[in-house]
Amino acid sequence: MSDHHNHQDSASVTSGVNDASEGMSYLDGGIRKLIHVYLPLSIIMVVLIFPFYWMVLTSIKPDAQLINMDKFNPFWVVEPTFKHIQKLLFESEYPRWLWNTMYVSVVATALSLFASVFAAYALVRIRFKGAELVGAMIFLAYLVPPSILFIPLATIIQAYGLFDSPMALILVYPTILIPFSTWLLMGYFKTIPYELEECALIDGATRLQILIKIILPLAVPGLISASIFSLTLCWNEFIYALTFLSSTQNKTVPVAIVSEFVDGDIYRWGSLMAGALVGSLPLVILYSFFVEHYVSAMTGAVKE
Amino acid sequence: MAHNAVGRPQASFQRTERSLMQRLSNDRNWLGAAFMVPAAVILIMFLAYPLGKGVWLSFTDAKIGRDGVFIGLENYEWLSDDKIFWLSVFNTLFYTVIASVIKFLVGLYLALLLNEKLPFKSLIRSIVLIPFVVPTVLSAIAFWWIYDSQFSIISWSLKNMGLITENIDFLGNPDNARLSLIFANIWRGVPFIAITLLAGLQTVSPSLYEAATLDGATRWQNFRFVTFPLLTPIIAVVMTFSVLFTFTDFQLVWAMTRGGPVNATHLMATLGYQRAILAGNLGEGAAISTAMIPFLLFAIMVSWFGLQRRKWQQGGSDE
Repeated sequence: MSDHHNHQDSASVTSGVNDASEGMSYLDGGIRKLIHVYLPLSIIMVVLIFPFYWMVLTSIKPDAQLINMDKFNPFWVVEPTFKHIQKLLFESEYPRWLWNTMYVSVVATALSLFASVFAAYALVRIRFKGAELVGAMIFLAYLVPPSILFIPLATIIQAYGLFDSPMALILVYPTILIPFSTWLLMGYFKTIPYELEECALIDGATRLQILIKIILPLAVPGLISASIFSLTLCWNEFIYALTFLSSTQNKTVPVAIVSEFVDGDIYRWGSLMAGALVGSLPLVILYSFFVEHYVSAMTGAVKE
Repeated sequence: MAHNAVGRPQASFQRTERSLMQRLSNDRNWLGAAFMVPAAVILIMFLAYPLGKGVWLSFTDAKIGRDGVFIGLENYEWLSDDKIFWLSVFNTLFYTVIASVIKFLVGLYLALLLNEKLPFKSLIRSIVLIPFVVPTVLSAIAFWWIYDSQFSIISWSLKNMGLITENIDFLGNPDNARLSLIFANIWRGVPFIAITLLAGLQTVSPSLYEAATLDGATRWQNFRFVTFPLLTPIIAVVMTFSVLFTFTDFQLVWAMTRGGPVNATHLMATLGYQRAILAGNLGEGAAISTAMIPFLLFAIMVSWFGLQRRKWQQGGSDE
C-alpha cells in the first residue's frame, strides 16, 4: 500500500521531466531546479523551523505585544524583553528542574554507556555461545516502547522504594539507552581490525586491557555519538518522569513545564515559551557542536 | 563471581590474580557472560520483568496501593464494552496510519530534495533536524501556543489574508484537535525519516544512475527501478520505528489536549495513563497497554520481512 503512495508522490516530484535527455542532474536548467528543488525545500524548511522561531520570539516579547496582534506585527518583536526569562530563572524553581534534568540525563547516560561498551564488545568480539541470540534480543528490547512499560514499572519502582526519587529515572532510562547504544557501538567495534587485538593477546594483554587500551580509544567517535544521542533521549523522556516523580522539586523540565506552568493566566505564554526555550537550548547547542556524530548515531542504529 | 574478577582493578599483578584472569580470557562463554552482566541486569530488572508483570497485572484487579487478585479476563471483558476504549483504539489507528503515511511521503520527498546538489548542504541538513532535537514536550507547548484559540498565529494570518473570519478552534473541536495533533506529530517525525533515508540515498552508487540513463531511463524510471529497490530495506526499518513510536505516542497528546475534547484525541497510551495512574486502576490500565502488544508485534513482523528482502537483494539466500 505504501508502495503505491510513494510512486504517486515521486511522480509529482519528477513529473516535469519526461524527456530522457534531461535525466541527469548536472544537465538541469536553473529555472527547473528553482521550481522543483529550492521552492519546495524552502517551504518545508520554513514549516520545520517556524515553531522554534515562534518559541524564541514569544519568549522575548513584551506581554502587550503578545496579546495585541493588530497593533504590532506578530512576526517580529519591537523592544524585546528578557523579563520572561529572568522571571523563569530567578523567581521560579526552573533552575532546579534544569539541574534535575541534567543530573538524571548525565548519570543515566554514563551508566548505560558503561553497560553498553561491555555488552557490545562481548557480542562482537568475544562471541560467546548464544551471542547472536542475545544480540537479537537486545535489538528487540529497542522496540519495546515505554508506553507499555510505565504501568508495571510504576508498581516495581514503588516496591523498590524509589518512587519520587531521581534514582528511579537513572535506573529506568538505561532500558531505552542500552539497546540503542549497544547496537551502535557494535557497528563501531566491528570496524576495528582483529589484528590489533591478536597482537595484544599475544603480548599477554587481558580482554579487559584490550577493551580499555585498544578498542575504546579507536571507538571514540562511536562513544561520542552514543552519549550525545542518549543525552537527547533522556532529556526528551516524558512518560516515566511524569509517572515516577511527584514532588515539585524533583521534576524534570518537560514534566515541570506541563504541570507547574499551566495556569489560566493569559499572560502565561511568555514564561511558558521562555521555559520551553531554555529547556531546549542546551540540547540545541550540544547538537550544533556535534551534528555529524548526531547524524551518524541516528542513521547508524538504523543501517545495521 | 565472574563479575568481580572482571571488575577488579588491574593494579595488583599477583600470580594467582593473573592466572584467574587468564583462565577467564580463555573461556569465551564465561568471559562473555561476565561482560554482559551490567546490561543484562538492567534490561531484565527494568524491561523484561515489567513487560511480563504488565501482562500479569492485566489479569488482576490491582489498584494503586493494593495488590490485586487474579480475575482472569475480566478487565478485557470490561474494556470490550467500553466505548471510550474503542474510541481510543480508533484514534490510535487513525493517528498512526495518517501520520505515518504522510511522514513517509514528506520524509522521502525531503530526502530526495536534500540529495540534490545544494549550496550549504550540511547547514540545511542541520536545520532540518532541529524539530527532532528540541524535546518533544517543549515543541508541543510551542504548538499549543500556535494552536491557541484566541491568539493563534495561524488564525491571525488567515484572517488577515481574508480567508476566514472567525478564529479556528484548533484544539477545542474533536476533528480539528485530531488533525492538529497529527500535524504536530508529522512535524516532529519528518526530520528523522528524511535524514535516515538521505543516508540510504547517499549509499546508492552514481554509476548505477549513469548506466540506467545511458540505457534511456527517465528520471522517474531511475527512481522507480534503481533508487526505490535499493532503499526498500532502510525504508522498512525506518518505517517500523516510525510506526512503533507513533502508535505508542504519549507526550504530544498529553502536553496539548490530555485526550480531550470529549476523548477525541485519547490514544491507547494516554487512556492507559489516565485509567492506571490518575484513576488508580492499575489492572485496567495494564490491560490497555497489553492490548497494544499485538499491534506492535505486527509492525515488527513487517520490518522483519523487509529485512529478509534485503538479504535476497544482496545476493544472500532466502533462508
